[in-house]
Amino acid sequence: MSTKIIAASAAAASMSLFWASSALAVTELQWWHAMTGANNEVVDTLAKEFNETQSDYKIVPVFKGTYPETLNAGIAAFRAKQTPAIIQVFDVGTGVMMSAEGAVMPVAEVLQKGGYTFDKANYLAGIVAYYSKPDGTMLSFPYNSSSPILYYNKDIFQKAGLDAENPPKTWPEVWEAARKIKTSGAAECGYTSTWLTWIQTENFAAWNNLSYANNENGLADTDVELQFNSPQFVEHFQSIADLAKDGVFRYGGRTSEAKNLFLSGECAILTESSGGLGDIVKSGMNYGIGQLPYYEGDGRPQNTIPGGASLWVFGGKSDEEYKGIAEFFNFLSQTQIQARLHQVSGYLPVTMEAYNATKESGFYEKNPGRETPIQQMMGKEPTENSKGVRLVNLPQVRDILNEEFEAMLAGQQDAKAALDKAVERGNAAIQQALGN
Amino acid sequence: MQNVVFPNKILPYFLVAPQIVLTVIFFFWPASQALYQSAMREDPFGLRSAFVGLSNFQAIFTDPNYLHALQVTLVFSVATAAVAMGTALFLATAADLVVRGRGFYRTFLIIPYAVAPAVAGMLWLFMFNPAMGTFAYLLRRNGILWDPLLDGNQAMTLVVAAAAWKQISYNFLFFVAGLQAIPKSLLEAAAIDGARGARRFWTIVFPLLAPTTFFLLVVNTVYAFFDTFGIIHAVTGGGPAKATETLVYKVYNDGFVNLNLGSSAAQSVVLMIIVIALTAFQFRFVEKKVHYG
Repeated sequence: MSTKIIAASAAAASMSLFWASSALAVTELQWWHAMTGANNEVVDTLAKEFNETQSDYKIVPVFKGTYPETLNAGIAAFRAKQTPAIIQVFDVGTGVMMSAEGAVMPVAEVLQKGGYTFDKANYLAGIVAYYSKPDGTMLSFPYNSSSPILYYNKDIFQKAGLDAENPPKTWPEVWEAARKIKTSGAAECGYTSTWLTWIQTENFAAWNNLSYANNENGLADTDVELQFNSPQFVEHFQSIADLAKDGVFRYGGRTSEAKNLFLSGECAILTESSGGLGDIVKSGMNYGIGQLPYYEGDGRPQNTIPGGASLWVFGGKSDEEYKGIAEFFNFLSQTQIQARLHQVSGYLPVTMEAYNATKESGFYEKNPGRETPIQQMMGKEPTENSKGVRLVNLPQVRDILNEEFEAMLAGQQDAKAALDKAVERGNAAIQQALGN
Repeated sequence: MQNVVFPNKILPYFLVAPQIVLTVIFFFWPASQALYQSAMREDPFGLRSAFVGLSNFQAIFTDPNYLHALQVTLVFSVATAAVAMGTALFLATAADLVVRGRGFYRTFLIIPYAVAPAVAGMLWLFMFNPAMGTFAYLLRRNGILWDPLLDGNQAMTLVVAAAAWKQISYNFLFFVAGLQAIPKSLLEAAAIDGARGARRFWTIVFPLLAPTTFFLLVVNTVYAFFDTFGIIHAVTGGGPAKATETLVYKVYNDGFVNLNLGSSAAQSVVLMIIVIALTAFQFRFVEKKVHYG
């Protein structure tokens, strides 16, 4: 018996040696990401396809949790000098990454190392502007850009006697439709929203051309003062608080949890990232898409700001690794890959060519509403209120907002108090983060 | 007590060395790092840092959110310890009365202790999450406005239930052992004197269980303070509006979410002092003054 065990373990040892030596031939590149559900499958497919096209590099996707958790894992890895090759950082982490000069390698330089050039003209202008330094250096590679849109359940709309082909366009129309859905008993809740911070504050400001913070929402200078307690914001959140009191609006959570309330048919209207489409399509429900609602006013709606995430490359890697990363980015920016990514996941195409190719294929005619997020973002030349929001500690400011919103929705304070407190606490946190 | 003198000078040091090494690596080294960090202000990536003395401590003690977290921690700990110990004592006395299948009941009551905190949190979350929980659905169907995502008291109830549920097994084990150590003759004598069940419990069993209860009180407090991070993280994430943000959760939130490392380190130093105080308290009063049997 013992000889058998020895033989077996010897075989196992030689097998593992064999694997180890064959693994040395390829450069392994870790890709830390935060994609779940249908979008996680897309990540795995992309890595698999890239690995099959060549044999020098191997992209290994590693799921690191939510967006904030992934960012923190990256920071911890940097401090421990164990960084992955590529890390996906969400939009609001952009300011954090930008402040870490020296820790990251601008994506334009990475591509140069692989013998490619980064041509900004090929990419959608709004996205490029958001991921560039004020001097125009492109810092990260836009991977999944999204824009918040309105989803609605057509079956419930019909049941409630609403027009299932024409979703509400303005916020007052949404409130009215939501109340009707609740009172008619067509659904338990009329309206819910994911990401109250990103959708109802940051995008709300851009879409209605209102200021979120001074200094172009932080894009012009890092020393900013928040301004999201102006009357239009107060009116908007007071409406949501009132609806919540009547059970017409249901709160799902701070990030994308509310999507479940829509998928389960409990809530009839949802505002969510266009990137949430994958799961909604997968559920097989009878859904419709509308553009993000706004308040009527001069020149409104303006444009939405990109959300989602981009891929960052850490500094201090070997040339061989940078070459591999450049190859992978080049693979990702191919028109067919981008077009497919856009059509499968609902994220925006990041190159103009991918957008045009999708358009020419007749995809938008077959899938009405799928062009909505792109049109929302590209429709108009951005103003100083709608280029994006960049704060050194936007994740923290979002946390503060979430806490105040939760207290407001629980009926402990009204919208004015919630927003005033959030501005005051947020400003203090920004000053602290700046080291003043 | 006699002083024992070892003839060999080196061997004793050699024998305690592994323990010393472990303590240095897993306690003294991280603790010294925390102390160092607590006097610094640093950016998340560690690229720039500055010595700021005690100002991080000054900042946390004047921060209303920190004082709020302290209050939350006290409420949470007292509630968790009370529920966990009360239920365990009830179950232990009940199990003591069972004649048939005693081992079966005991084994099954101990199982939750083997569940990891995060898993325990997920179990309760799946049952009571307003978006997908079965029990949440039932509660709403019966007209109870169940929404721990917004109602801070409901959120607190949920995390206390999850945390206490996991600790009941541990307490149960100790209470069962404690009950077995009570001499049967005392209870029989009381019964002959005409004392009924409840009276026998409060006048004989409960006082004799005091050492066990006291020991468990300390253990449960330490548990509620420091081992419940996984549960809170999984169930509420400290929300809504900081209603379930305990001191330990705040250390995590400020350090790893808000990336304010100096403040986070200062808070962890305060926690370290609390642990040392609790441990000293336990050694002084529980281990020395209370005699078993």
